[in-house]
Order: sequence, then structure tokens, then C-alpha cells
Amino acid sequence: MALNIRENSVGIVAAEKILIDTPLTLACGVVLASHELMVETYGTLNADKSNALLICHALSGSHHAAGFYAGDDKPGWWDSYIGPGKPMDTNRFFVVSLNNIGSCFGSTGPTSINPQTGEPWGAQFPSLRARDWVESQRLLMEHLGIQRWAAVIGGSLGGMQAMRWALEHPDKLANSIVIASSMKLSAQNIAFNEIARRAIKSDPEFCDGQYLEKDTAPRRGLALARMIGHVTYLSDELMGQKFGRELRSGTFSQGDAEPVEFQIESYLNYQGDKFSGDFDANAYILITKMLDYFDLSRDYENNPVQAFGHAKCDFLVVSFSSDWRFSPQRSREITDALIAAGKNVSYAEIESDQGHDAFLLPNRRYEQVLGNYLSKIADKLEDVTI
Amino acid sequence: MSMINSVSPTTNLSQTNSLSLVNSSIHSWVQANARVLDLGCGDGTLLAELQQDLNIRGYGLEIDAEAINQCVLKGVNVVEQDLNKGLANFDDNSFDTVIMTQALQAMRYPHLVLDEMLRIGSECIITFPNFGHWKARAYLTLRGRMPVTKELTYQWYDTPNIHFFTYRDFEVLCRQRNINVLRKQFVGEHFLDRQLKNLWPNLFAETVVYHLSK
Repeated sequence: MALNIRENSVGIVAAEKILIDTPLTLACGVVLASHELMVETYGTLNADKSNALLICHALSGSHHAAGFYAGDDKPGWWDSYIGPGKPMDTNRFFVVSLNNIGSCFGSTGPTSINPQTGEPWGAQFPSLRARDWVESQRLLMEHLGIQRWAAVIGGSLGGMQAMRWALEHPDKLANSIVIASSMKLSAQNIAFNEIARRAIKSDPEFCDGQYLEKDTAPRRGLALARMIGHVTYLSDELMGQKFGRELRSGTFSQGDAEPVEFQIESYLNYQGDKFSGDFDANAYILITKMLDYFDLSRDYENNPVQAFGHAKCDFLVVSFSSDWRFSPQRSREITDALIAAGKNVSYAEIESDQGHDAFLLPNRRYEQVLGNYLSKIADKLEDVTI
Repeated sequence: MSMINSVSPTTNLSQTNSLSLVNSSIHSWVQANARVLDLGCGDGTLLAELQQDLNIRGYGLEIDAEAINQCVLKGVNVVEQDLNKGLANFDDNSFDTVIMTQALQAMRYPHLVLDEMLRIGSECIITFPNFGHWKARAYLTLRGRMPVTKELTYQWYDTPNIHFFTYRDFEVLCRQRNINVLRKQFVGEHFLDRQLKNLWPNLFAETVVYHLSK
């Protein structure tokens, strides 16, 4: 098969479904007696199991972060940064990427069967917090026999998990890499999330979230939710550059009655429709709420410095200049709190016109900063190992 | 973004005597285990040395992308921040020592930066090129043009060093603002400089290192 496997790719990968049979008590009080996680790993775990990186995905991410599935030419969502010679260098690190609970790519979530009813969980799936994802990841860590992550890495909601790891399990990670993230969402962020949820719930096929039982799907609502989200992930500048006011069809000529469609309309509709076929509406509602609820320092008297006082790892914080959903100011607040708490931290503000999505996209400076930080970690590990 | 800090370093302390003299002063004035903030930390060499020798907890502020890369590679804490946009994010007395080497003359408002340094740190260490040095004076007097030297290689129109001042200017500023001068060290490489810098610092000190407190 003539697959376009790029030279520095991890190549063909396959996911594994791992059963975690230790009960997981969620923040909301519900206990999941067991749960399943879809997991991909890249690279090789070294003898003392010290070179493992944990990848934390964001709202719509999955376990498929790098490489290609056999017969598929679309790489994983963070393929630009994971692979041999890439910042998360699979020649040096063992990279663990999972689909978190409550999501919809094969791990236990709203589309799974609720063992108590024999029906899909749907909207009844328990409410989740970022700490629940961290706890589930810790159980996966135990399953893999890893004592300490060399680094926990994530962008956006992924960065929130990386920070939560540092507070909940300070001895179980050496580094926390927090990209395009925030210690809590702003009112504007929550507002956008609520509009998205309302869009889903307004779809008549949503059926109060029990659409799987009814064999329907609120695809129009989910597509609309995604379109709103998508606009907030891009910058005005980039949309202007990429689409401007170009027309996909129709003209503004006198006497021409054909309807006009702008390129941006067509693009957004396409993105929305594609997403609504891939993602689950209940999962979208669940995870956007999880984002809204996240507040790093709520349990620490609302004091970020006190919160980070519990951390023992080193930090790298990265933001992108045109990201208005998780603006550089949010990352500067993280950095300032870490400095005030006396933690080791470096912070880079990467020039980019790609908005929030920049954390997923190739960018030379971002690659250098992340690559340098991680290579320093690998140097240290290999020094000790030798 | 201003171009001021996009050029780094702002001056080239020659890699030999001057730099090691400046650094040895800084080393002897920083306490072991201190919390140190280095404003315009460049590639992090100084912080790395202080970390190594004195076990300090250091942070550097820098806006040059390549310098930041080098800091990260060295394992030096570096924070991307434009000094000309202020230091309001740092609390009063949150550091033991705030350092600024060869960058004060590149600041938009040097006197305000100085105030901020003294607010944030219990002590400050500042080094700067003395524009009253005889070479600079001779260049201006004899050629009638703004000095371009091996330490200050820029032309007047492209220099990041927008506020040249002399040793004496700085002394006056410290007096006016009631800044306490704990120590100072004069550095010069030329034979004449080494002989005379302590006698006539404004004429023979190429670089001045100050240790200040409120």
C-alpha cells in the first residue's frame, strides 16, 4: 500500500483497549467499578521506566496523537510534535497517549453501556472534573508499572490536567508542560461553552441526551456547537488571511440571482458536519462543563501561589500571541504564581497567527522551545541511566 | 513590540578580562541560596554559573527568542517578558537580588526600571558601559561622531542603547533618588584603565558594576 508515511513519523500505530479494574471514585461521588481506556504508546520504555511522557488531550482529542492507522493517511492530532527527532522524541522517550473517560473514542464514556441499566449511559454519565481524568491516568500509570512521569504534557484542557497532576501527585512527575492553558476559564469562555451546549440541546434529535436509545443523533446541534467553538480557536487575522471575503459560489453581478456563499461559510459548515459525525454530543456537553468547572486553586483558598506550593516538579509554560480563547495573559498568571511559589519555571510566548489551534500546528519556535526543554530532560535521564 | 530588546546582547563585554571581572564582582555580592532575578538575562550564562556556584534560585527575563532557547537548553529558568512593559507582576521584596547587566542604557525609562528593581529586590546589582570613558570621549571629540567601539558596535541609528550615560550621571541619579550604594567596582581592560580607573573612574572605567539597596 502506498501510504504517505513521513520520514520522522512513528509510522503505523495501533490502539490498545486497557481495562482498569480498580474502582475509580469520581469527584461527584459516583464510583466506576471499572473502566476502559483506549491507549497508544510510541517509543520504548527504558529499563528503569523513567522516560515516560504522558500526553493529555483537550476537549475533542483522542488517544491517536501520533502516527497512522493502517490504511489511513491522516496522522494523529499531535503528530508534528511526537516522533523520532521531534520535540517529544520517540528515540528517547516512551510516550503514552490515552482517550480519557467521558470522551467518545472507545474509552468508557456516554456512549458506553451503563452496567446497571444495560443501556448506553448517554446524558446519565456522571459529571466529571479534570481531577477525575488525572486519577484515571494515575491508574493507567500503575497498570503500566510507571512510578514517575518524566513529564506530563498538554495543551488547553490538557494543560489543566498537567497542572492538576503537579498538585495531586507531586511525587509522580518530574515536569509539567502547560501549553495554551489557564488556571480557570473566563466568563467569556464559559459563555461560549454554554452557547455550544444550548445548540446541542436545542436539536430536536437530542431527546434529552438519550438519543442513542432512540436511535437518533443531534448532528445539527453538535455541528453548530463545533462551528462556534471553531471560530474561537482561530484568530481574526488568520481567518482574514485564509478566507477573506472570497466566494465559494455565486457572484454579486447585477442580474445574477444565484445565492452567494462565502468560503468561510463553506469551511465552517464542513468542519461542523465532519465533527458531528466523529464526536458524541453528550461527551461534548460533559467535557465543556469539565472545562467550565476547572479552577486550579479553588481547594487552596483561591490562592494560586498556595496551590502551586504543593508542586514538586519543574514547569514549562507556553502561550501563543494570537490565542484569544486562552490568551497569553492566562499563561503569564500561571508563570507568575509559579515564580512566587518558588518553583522552577520557564515561559515562552510564541508568535503565531493561528489562534488557540496553534498548539497543534507546526511552528518553528514552539518546536525549539519544547524540543530544548525535553532534550534537557532526556539528557538528565540518560546521564543517570548510563 | 519595541526593537530595543530584539537585539541581543546590547553590548559586547569582551569575553576575556572585563567579563570575568564583572562576573566575579557579581558572584561575590550574591548570597548563597538567594532568590535572584536577572533582567535581560541573555543566554543564561550568568544565572547558570550562579546556580552552579551559589545554589541560587534564579529566574531570567528575556525577549530574544534565541536567547530564550539557550536558557532552556541550559536548564535556566527563563521568562519571556518585555522589561519596557513594566515589572508590575512581581511583588515588593520578592527577590533577594535583582541583577541587570549591560541593559539599563537600552531601557525606555532607566530611572523607572531602577525604581522597580529596588522595589522587587532587597538588593540590586547593575552593570553598565560608562560613556564618560576616555575612548568614547576621544572618539566624539576627534572624529565628531558617535562612538562605535568593540564593546558598543552599533551605529547611532540602529543601536538598542538609547540612553547613554556616564559613571557620574549614575552617581547623581543615585543621590537624587536616595539609592544606597553598597559597593562599586570599576572595570577596564586597557593598561591605562587598569592603572587609573579607581582614581578617575569617570574617565578610565569602561564598565561600572554597582551593588545597590534602597
